[in-house]
Amino acid sequence: MNTKLLMGNEAIAHGAIRAGVNVVSGYPGTPSTEVLETIARDKNRKIYVEWSVNEKVALEVAAGAAYAGARSLVTMKQVGLNVASDPLMSLAYIGVKGGMVVLVADDPGPISSQNEQDTRHFAQYAHLPIFDPSTPEEAYEMIIDAFTLSEKYGTPVLFRPTTQVCHACASVEMKADLYTNNIEGFVKDPKWVIFPRLSYQNHIKIVENEAKISEDFSASIYNRIIGNGTKGIVACGASFTDTMEVLDSINHDVKVMKISTPHPFPEGLALQFLEGLDEVLVIEELDPVVEENLLKLCGKMGLRISIKGKLTGDLAVAGKYSYEIVKNAIYQFLGRDMVSIEALVALPPLPIRPPVLCAGCPHRASFYSVKMAMKRSKEKAIFTGDIGCYTLGNAKPLDMVDTCLCMGAGITIAQGLQRAEPDSKQIAFIGDSTFFHTGIPGIINAVYNETDITVIILDNSTTAMTGHQPHPGTGKTMMGNIAEKISIENVLKGCGVSFIKKANPLQLEEAIEIVTAATNYKGISVVIFEAPCIAMSKPTHINHIKESCIGCKKCIKEIGCPAMSTNVDKVSIHPDLCYGCNLCIQICPVQAIGGDL
Amino acid sequence: MKIDCLLAGVGGQGTVLASKIIAQTAMSNQFFVRTSETIGMAQRGGCVVSHVRIGAEHCSSSIPMGMADLMIGFEPAEAVRSMGFLKPAGRLLVNINPIIPVTASLGGSSYPVNDIINYLQQARNKVILVDGQKLCRVAGSPKVLNIVMLGIAIKEGLLPFSKEDVLQTIKQNLPQRMIALNSQALEVGYHFNQY
Repeated sequence: MNTKLLMGNEAIAHGAIRAGVNVVSGYPGTPSTEVLETIARDKNRKIYVEWSVNEKVALEVAAGAAYAGARSLVTMKQVGLNVASDPLMSLAYIGVKGGMVVLVADDPGPISSQNEQDTRHFAQYAHLPIFDPSTPEEAYEMIIDAFTLSEKYGTPVLFRPTTQVCHACASVEMKADLYTNNIEGFVKDPKWVIFPRLSYQNHIKIVENEAKISEDFSASIYNRIIGNGTKGIVACGASFTDTMEVLDSINHDVKVMKISTPHPFPEGLALQFLEGLDEVLVIEELDPVVEENLLKLCGKMGLRISIKGKLTGDLAVAGKYSYEIVKNAIYQFLGRDMVSIEALVALPPLPIRPPVLCAGCPHRASFYSVKMAMKRSKEKAIFTGDIGCYTLGNAKPLDMVDTCLCMGAGITIAQGLQRAEPDSKQIAFIGDSTFFHTGIPGIINAVYNETDITVIILDNSTTAMTGHQPHPGTGKTMMGNIAEKISIENVLKGCGVSFIKKANPLQLEEAIEIVTAATNYKGISVVIFEAPCIAMSKPTHINHIKESCIGCKKCIKEIGCPAMSTNVDKVSIHPDLCYGCNLCIQICPVQAIGGDL
Repeated sequence: MKIDCLLAGVGGQGTVLASKIIAQTAMSNQFFVRTSETIGMAQRGGCVVSHVRIGAEHCSSSIPMGMADLMIGFEPAEAVRSMGFLKPAGRLLVNINPIIPVTASLGGSSYPVNDIINYLQQARNKVILVDGQKLCRVAGSPKVLNIVMLGIAIKEGLLPFSKEDVLQTIKQNLPQRMIALNSQALEVGYHFNQY
């Protein structure tokens, strides 16, 4: 027996390898990223792995491979599926030949996402089956069944772990049996071309299949009924383990139904569960998907059973469910008194510790140079931000992100603002990976519509926030090949941008001058700030505060570098954190900061 | 046997690696293990809390409030922030060297170091407070606080395995070039009373 400590995402990756996956594509996004990275590290199998430019592209690459009979996997976070929803909705009608799994990681909380959208809705909307694992070890087994189901019905299958499964680790028993998928190749057939007549026929077919898959799911090992009683609890996905931990700690007759395949809803199993129950509590994170399915079922079958959950106010409509939330809901449902935990002595005041841009991060210098340029010109400016580490530029003292919506939206929101408020400067910030993801159409739009905005591209040569993935501008691929680097400057030229300037943001005065020239330019102007992410380079030297420091704290107040701190009136630089970026040296009014080279 | 262990620190202190080493060692000792932690935004200098649940097959991956058998605090304010997780009789091991967040330097929030240390000293739990910085200097690097703390935890009998078990995990899981330094850190932690 080979038991390994695996993170949920690693377990899913090993499960996919065991299922004989041939082609894997994706776009990085917390909490999904490690699935693709783990498969890319597999040395034994000839699996093609790529980070695609965005989720739409990734899903289409995976679909193409599945058309030819390959088993394919595409990975993304929940908001990535919005980008990929165009191909997904139609692929549901067209179907696949090889097994295709669309892994979409949801993020209750949200912990590192823009929203709390629930991918189970997408499954219902697109008429696609969906798996919702409750633990890493279950996900390892489940992904194999997802591929099998996909081939049985010729349909893409959604696989939706949540953060609590993706980023938790567990002892996972690894199996040695590997499935080998022989790729038949693409067979020409009119069924691969979506036309209205075909869509009508396939619409009927996929709804018929939903009924069949619902029956399969009623018999699935991932859904089951535990215990007896007149009160029932339905526990879904990751909430199942919390529910069982609470129930294991009390002695109470209660019937539990675990649901890990929420769509098509396993009605057969649910009817068996509802038999003899008066009341049901549904515990599921994000939206009341299973709760609504049960209500529908009760309506359809004329059952008089009270279904409680989010819609009745018994559980929170938003946020991650902790053990305590689950416990409170269960105790209330079962009419048990809460045993209060002995209260702690009141805590002393604690410092707030929000995530910040790293010490030495070149984004800090980029934001600061734009801030200084606007301060000197005394013009009103709106700073539109985007998705990445640089969203953290909104924190004080930089305070340089006024808007943030979704991938690529900084450049385009700036254009709308410019139309409504032409007398202000609109300055959009976007990272290199996000530029390739969805930034380019916004650039073309501004050129075409002659919109007067400035775009600041923060090129740190990596996808930093999600853990340093390569992208088209880095010249590296997940297969280890060195590809042609795609030059952002050439892309901008090709799009017809006439004002393009490159600068090193850590050369402060020069950077401020270039930003000033860019914002004075009529029409779209672009500044590319080039400086690598500090996580990819070693510090050249460490700076320290000299005796001549007058304690004015200008350095800290202006740039908020986490390597700097004050104790009473003395500023100090933490030697383990300083990267020698020298931005503080250029800000100190009395030249009291220096470095040991 | 079931042991719930919480590790609290700041991004960059090696909390996650320490939790992996505890989990891996527990697995080598035939325990079922679950762990979970904050990954992503919190890594950028934010708070990091790792949950390690040993012998926890039928459990959630996160420790419920008031249920941790022990907490290893890598930073005093972060240890206090997570006190609610600890059992009334839970053991507590904390490094006393504060990491002052830039928000405190900017005047956005205060860091009353003495109040925080006092709070830990007066906690109802059995507490071990150590000067991690000093021990790291002995070990030869400021980056090995995590392994030093593990060494202390083993010495104090907070974890159900031996120093040799942990050393084995370090040898099997860390890159070759890091093994000597980390083995040294484990020794320094184990003999912390001598320094």
